[in-house]
Amino acid sequence: MNAKKVIAKAYLWLVLIVLYAPIAFIVVFSFTEAKSLGNWTGFSTQLYANLFTGSMQNATGLQSAVINTLLIALAASIVATVLGTVAAIGIFHLHGRKKQTMTFLNNIPMINPDIITGVSLFLLFVFLGISQGYLTVILAHITFCTPYVVLNVMPKLRQMNPNIYEAALDLGATPAQALRKVLVPALRPGMISGFILSFTMSLDDFAVTFFTRGTIGLDTLSTYIYADARKGGLTPELKPLMSIIFLIILVVLLVINIRQSKQQNDNLKK
Amino acid sequence: MNKRSSWALPYFIFLVLFVVLPLVMILFYALQDSSGHFTLNNVTKFFTDKDALGTFALSIEVAIENTLLCIAIGYPAAYILADNKLNRSAVTVVLFILPMWINALMRTLATAELFTMAGVQLGKGTLLFGMCYDYLPFMIYPIYNQLKKMDKSYSEAAQDLGATPGQVFRKVTLPLSMPGVWSGVMMVFMPTVSTFAISEFLTNNKIKLFGTIIQENINNSMWNYGAALSLIMLIIIGLTTLLQGDQEAEETSGGLI
Amino acid sequence: MTEKNDIIISLDHISKSFGDKKVLDDISLSIKRGEFVTFLGPSGCGKTTTLRLIAGFGKPDEGTVTMEGKVINDIPPYQRKLNTVFQRYALFPHLDVYDNVAFGLKLQKVPEAEIEKRVKKVLKLVSMSDYEDRDVESLSGGQQQRVAIARALINQPRVLLLDEPLAALDLKMRKDMQIELKEMHKKLGITFIYVTHDQEEALTLSDTIVVMNEGKIQQIGTPTDIYNEPVNAFVADFIGESNILKGKMLRDRRVAFIKHEFDCVDEGFADNEKVDVVVRPEDIYFTTDPAKCQFTAKVNSCTFKGVHYEMWVDTDTGYELMIQDYDPYEVGTEVMLYIDPDDIQVMKKERLANTYAGKVTGEGKVEFLGAEFACDTAGFAEGDEVTATIRFEKVELLDHEDEADTTGHVVFILYMGNHYHLTVKTECGENIWVDTNDIWDKGDFVGIKILPKDIQLSKPAAGNE
Repeated sequence: MNAKKVIAKAYLWLVLIVLYAPIAFIVVFSFTEAKSLGNWTGFSTQLYANLFTGSMQNATGLQSAVINTLLIALAASIVATVLGTVAAIGIFHLHGRKKQTMTFLNNIPMINPDIITGVSLFLLFVFLGISQGYLTVILAHITFCTPYVVLNVMPKLRQMNPNIYEAALDLGATPAQALRKVLVPALRPGMISGFILSFTMSLDDFAVTFFTRGTIGLDTLSTYIYADARKGGLTPELKPLMSIIFLIILVVLLVINIRQSKQQNDNLKK
Repeated sequence: MNKRSSWALPYFIFLVLFVVLPLVMILFYALQDSSGHFTLNNVTKFFTDKDALGTFALSIEVAIENTLLCIAIGYPAAYILADNKLNRSAVTVVLFILPMWINALMRTLATAELFTMAGVQLGKGTLLFGMCYDYLPFMIYPIYNQLKKMDKSYSEAAQDLGATPGQVFRKVTLPLSMPGVWSGVMMVFMPTVSTFAISEFLTNNKIKLFGTIIQENINNSMWNYGAALSLIMLIIIGLTTLLQGDQEAEETSGGLI
Repeated sequence: MTEKNDIIISLDHISKSFGDKKVLDDISLSIKRGEFVTFLGPSGCGKTTTLRLIAGFGKPDEGTVTMEGKVINDIPPYQRKLNTVFQRYALFPHLDVYDNVAFGLKLQKVPEAEIEKRVKKVLKLVSMSDYEDRDVESLSGGQQQRVAIARALINQPRVLLLDEPLAALDLKMRKDMQIELKEMHKKLGITFIYVTHDQEEALTLSDTIVVMNEGKIQQIGTPTDIYNEPVNAFVADFIGESNILKGKMLRDRRVAFIKHEFDCVDEGFADNEKVDVVVRPEDIYFTTDPAKCQFTAKVNSCTFKGVHYEMWVDTDTGYELMIQDYDPYEVGTEVMLYIDPDDIQVMKKERLANTYAGKVTGEGKVEFLGAEFACDTAGFAEGDEVTATIRFEKVELLDHEDEADTTGHVVFILYMGNHYHLTVKTECGENIWVDTNDIWDKGDFVGIKILPKDIQLSKPAAGNE
C-alpha cells in the first residue's frame, strides 16, 4: 500500500519535473544577461531592468506587442463573456432539435484546430473585403473564446433553482431587472471562470492571430516571438517577461482553484 | 419561459457568420482557381503533390505517435491524480494543467534550447518529445475529469463480486474512462497534425508538418490550394469526430479551471 | 361581509398543451375573495400548470384568466397583484434573509426606513425575527420556507399562490407549518391558492378543494363534501382510504353489493342500474347483536396504525374489505358487521364497458385504439365505421409484447374488493379499462390482447355521426 503510494508520487513528480523543465529553464536564464537561451554569464537582473525601463533593442515593438495582446484579450473576453452568458441562458431553455443544433455549432470552434479557425476566418474576411487588423483579430478571438464561456455558464444554470428568475418577476421585477439582480449574480462564478479562460486563451493564441491580423504590422506577443525566433535572435528581455507572466498565471490559477475546492468542501459539509 | 430561449438567437447569428460561413469559405475557395472559376484541380493537385502527400503522411504518423505517447504518460498520471488514496491535493492537479496556459511558442523555444544545450540533435525525436510536452496536459485533464466523476461504487461492486485490482481496472475503470481518453485524443491528435511554427522550432526547420504547408500556401497568396489543404483537414476532423461519436465532449472539456 | 362572496379569480374554459400533450382540458372555476382553495391531484394532473397560468408564467391556449373583473391573460407576472411561494422556495442565494424579503419593496423604490419596518413586521409574522442577516443557504428547510412566505407576503398581494410549499419538509415540520399557514390565512384575510398532492394536507387546510386528474377537474367542494360524497372512483380512491365496490341499485334507497343488500339514502337511479359503491373503512361497524348484523366476515390481518387498527376482513361472500376501528380483533376471528345507510355512497358508473369508434379494415379485421384486431365482422363491409365494445374482464394483459395486439402502461389501479380495476394508457393515448385478478404496479408496461370473440361490433349510435 505504502510502496504503491511512493511509486505513484514519484511518477507524478517525475512527469511534473519534465513538464516544467522548459519553463524553469526560461525563468533561470531570465536572471542572466546572455543573448541566447542556455548561455549562462553570471547572475544578473539586468534583463528585468531593461524590460521595465524599456532600454533595449526594439523596445517599442515589444511594448506595443504586450499592449496589443492585453487589449485584444480584454476586448475579446469581455464580449465573449456577455455573448456567451446570454447564449447559455438561451440554449438552456431550448429543447430538442434546436438545442442539439446550438450545442453542435458551439462545439465546432472547440474541435477545430487553430489553423482551421484562422484560415477560414482569413478567407471570410478576404471574401467580404474587410481589411484586417485589430477588429478582425478581436472578432476571431471572440469566435474561439465564446464556446468556453457557454460551457462554464451552463453548469451554473443547471445548478440554479429554475424558479428564481420567475420568483423575481413574481415579486415585481421586469425581465431586465430580474436578469441584473438575480440571474447574473447566480451565474457570476461561471461567467468569471469563462472570462478568465477566454482571457488566457486569447493571450496564448498564435495561429488565429497570425492569419487574421492582416498586413498593418499588428503584433501580439505570440507573433512577435515567432517573428523574433525566425530572425534567429530572440529578444533576451522576453525571458523575464515570460517569467513574470508565468508567475501571474500561476498565482491566479492557484488562488481560483484553492478557493473553488474550499467552496466545494464547504458545500459537502452542508 | 419560452421567450428566454430566444436569447440564443444573437449567438446563433454570430456562429453562422463567424463559424459556419468561414467553413463554407474554405469549401468555396478550395473549389476555385485563382480567377474564380470552379475547379477540382486544387484537390487533385494534393494527391499528385509528392511533397504535400509526404508531409501529410508524416504529420499523421507524428500525430499518432504523439497521441499514443501522451496516453502512455498521461493516463497513469491522470489515474494517480484522480485516486483519493494516492493524491489528495488539488494543487498538484493545478500544476498539471498549468502549462496549458503558458505561451506554447515560448515553451517550445525553451524546449528546443534545452535539447540543443544537452547536445541532442534536433530532428524527429526532439519533435515528438517536444510535442508531447506541449500536449500532455490536454490529455491528462479530460482523463482526470472522467475518472474523478466516476462513481466509486462501480469498482467497489466489482471487487465485491470477486475481481482482483487488475481485473477491476481492466474490466471497469478503463472502459468507463474511455470517453475521457477520446476527448484527450481529440485535443491532441488534430492539433498535432495542424501545428505550424512548433514543428519548425523543434527541428530547426528540418521537418514540416501539414499545418506549415497550409500556412506557407496562404502566406504566399496561394489561397485556393491552401483552402483545399484545409478542406482535407476538415474532412479528417469530421471523420474523427464521427468516430468519437457523441461522447459528451461537453462534459469533459467543460470548466478547464 | 358581502365582499367575502366576491369572485376574485375565475378561470373560464382554460386549455393548455405542451407539444402534443394536453395538460389542461377545459378547466372552469371561480375563486372567492378570502378563500383557501387547494388544487389537489397526483403529479402530472395539471395542478401546477393551473397555478402558473394564474401567476402569469405562461398563457392558456384557450380560455381566459380573470382577476377582479379584468382579463389578465396578457398581463406579465410582475404587474399582477399576486405573489407566489415556489416549490423548493427559490430564495435568491446571493442575498441574505433581509434582502430576499426586501426584494419586492426595493424594486418599488419604497423608502429604506419603511422597508425596514415592513421587513421586520413580516419576519415577525413568520417567526423569523432574528434571522435578518443570515445567509439563506445556511437556513433549514423550514426556515427557508418561512422566508419564502415572508418574501411573498411583504408585497401585500391580494392572492397568495403556494406551489407544494411543504413538500420538501419532514412530516413533523409539515404538520406544524400546516397549522401556521392556516392561522396566517385567517389573520391576513387574503385569498390562498394552494397546490398539493397530499390529500391529508388538502383536507386539513382548505375551504374548498379542487380535485384534478389528467388535466380535468374531477370535483370541487368542501373537504367534507369531497370526503363523504366523492363523485367518482378516482376521487374516492385519492381522498382517504376507501372500499370501492361494484354494486347494483335495486330501487331507490336499496343497493346490492358484496352479494348482500343494504339500505342506503341515494335516489334517482334506474332500477337495477349498475353503480360503484364507496364505503369508508371507519364506517363499517362491528356488532355482537345478530339483529343488527348485515353480513359476517373473518379477520385476515390486523395492523396498529397509531390511533386506530386497520383490519382486512374476508366476507362470507368472498370479498376483501378494509375496516378501521379503535378495538382490534384477532386474526381468524369471525365477526358480525353492519353499515349505516348514511355511510354508503353510491356513484354513477362512468362506463359499463370499453367502447371505441373503429373501422372495419377487411374481412375479420377491425381497427381501433391505433391497432388492428381480429374479430367477427359479419354484417359489416370493409370501410364501415363501427363501435367496438369490449367488457372490462375480457381484456387480457401480458407482461411482454409478443402476441399482444397493442401495448400500454398501467396508469391507475383500483382494488374492488375481489379484483383489480386498471386503467391502461395505450400507445395511441387512449385509455382501456381492465378487470383482472393479477397484480400489476402503476407504471408497468403491458401487452394488451383481446380475443376475436370478445370484441362486439355495432353500428355507431346516430348521435355520433
